[in-house]
Amino acid sequence: MVNELVDFTLVSVALLGIGIYGLAVKRNFIRMLFAIEIVINAANLNLVAFGRFIPESGGQTLALFSIAIAAAEVAVGLSLIIVAYRMYQNIDIAGFRSLKG
Amino acid sequence: MADAAFLALAVITIGSAIAALELRSLIYGSIALMGTLGGIAGFFILLDSTFVALFQLAVYVGSIAVLILFTVMLVKRELIFKKIEDNRRRFAGIALMLVIMIGLGAVFLDSGIKEMTTDEPQVDFREIGSDFVTYYWPALILMGLILAGSVTGALVLARREDVEENGQRAS
Repeated sequence: MVNELVDFTLVSVALLGIGIYGLAVKRNFIRMLFAIEIVINAANLNLVAFGRFIPESGGQTLALFSIAIAAAEVAVGLSLIIVAYRMYQNIDIAGFRSLKG
Repeated sequence: MADAAFLALAVITIGSAIAALELRSLIYGSIALMGTLGGIAGFFILLDSTFVALFQLAVYVGSIAVLILFTVMLVKRELIFKKIEDNRRRFAGIALMLVIMIGLGAVFLDSGIKEMTTDEPQVDFREIGSDFVTYYWPALILMGLILAGSVTGALVLARREDVEENGQRAS
């Protein structure tokens, strides 16, 4: 393998930083979902990169489970967006008053 | 040292991640998100994990990105182009991003993983498949149930109650 482990971890750190920036700054529900996806993908990249360095298939298996769970999370998140948009006619999370508890 | 394919993939992935968050239009943003997800699949191929890469392409680029695209299309046109953020939050977010990148990057660069090399052969996808149905079978069944439950939940949540059976609006 030509590429070193540290290169993959650095890309993953960059993606994590971008994702957390998006979560902190954006108030648009759909953009926050994008940011969550980017963070999840950074975690998956780390899992597979570290899993390459052990003789078992554990890292890849865990990444596959993680991808499937992320699919479920996106399905629920998007339906929540549709419900909130129907209630408030907006996708700005600051306007979702009844979610504040 | 990284090779050219790695560098190109890194530029595509990180660039389109930034574009997904910063482009004005949500539709172009979700197409840029497809670039990020595809770039991650490329990294999986570089890591000799072709099975995970294909899974990533099928699940993320094939279904999740398209699902997001369709949800964006359901939203009103002026909301797609509206950007809601204030500058103080933005600077705080950039500072947080830099702290995370520099801090974690320094930790990784300083740690021992720089010297790590491997001569392990790549894991066969048959091994992953047999792991799924032998060692991980309870987790596999649980994952199937979670997926079924979440899809049913999403359908129930997104159901409209003000629409009658014949598809007409009640009010």
